[in-house]
Amino acid sequence: MTETVAYGIAAAATLVAAWAGWHMYREQPVGNPLFYAVAALELALIALLIGGIVALNSTSRDVDGTLFVSYLVTVAVIPPAAVLWGIAEKSRWGTGVLVVALLTVAVLCLRLLGIWQGTYA
Amino acid sequence: MPDTLPPDKATSHGFGRTLVAVYAVFALAASARSIFQLVTKADDAPVAYALSAFAGIVYVVATVALARNQRVLALVAIAIELAGVLTVGLLSIVDDDLFPDQTVWSGFGEGYGFVPLGLPLIGLWWLNRTREKA
Repeated sequence: MTETVAYGIAAAATLVAAWAGWHMYREQPVGNPLFYAVAALELALIALLIGGIVALNSTSRDVDGTLFVSYLVTVAVIPPAAVLWGIAEKSRWGTGVLVVALLTVAVLCLRLLGIWQGTYA
Repeated sequence: MPDTLPPDKATSHGFGRTLVAVYAVFALAASARSIFQLVTKADDAPVAYALSAFAGIVYVVATVALARNQRVLALVAIAIELAGVLTVGLLSIVDDDLFPDQTVWSGFGEGYGFVPLGLPLIGLWWLNRTREKA
């Protein structure tokens, strides 16, 4: 769990959120390209979940394991949940669900880094 | 019956779709925080943690009620939410010692970009907007 990884994924989530925001502004429902972007981000989050658990077990840092893993799981669950809820609404507001969810993912990634570095309790 | 409502009268459609998502984020944030606080350090700040738990339940009820078009339940939950954020916000400024640890409603939700203060107002506006005209 390095700064590069955390900032990288947070930046990716923000980018996809901005892209979703653009779709929302154009009054477009969730389309395939946006769906694939979210899916790609989800793969990164699953990799983060696995990598985070591996790193947790091999680190000498004093990390709150329960808190760290529950954040990792939460962050990986949010995009699929948002897609399920948002895709049923064929309007800009279905896209809005993705904007909210992806910004939440970005914020949680920064919190994850804080938990890893022991600066957030 | 929720399913037979015209789309523009259902609280879970249109703008409500996104609103439910925002509520879900706060339901998650407040309840997850309170579960963690109560499990790991319940004795540190019982008032703040009990309040986090209460706020979490209010957000969960509001989320579910909006998502399932239960207007009365949503109205009650959002009214409690508004009263909660105003009361706790005021108390946390007047008397710092009452809430030694953060809750979602401390300082009118400043730890969450003041979204907790605006959310109930938007919720009430949305309920009014989708109201069935007699």
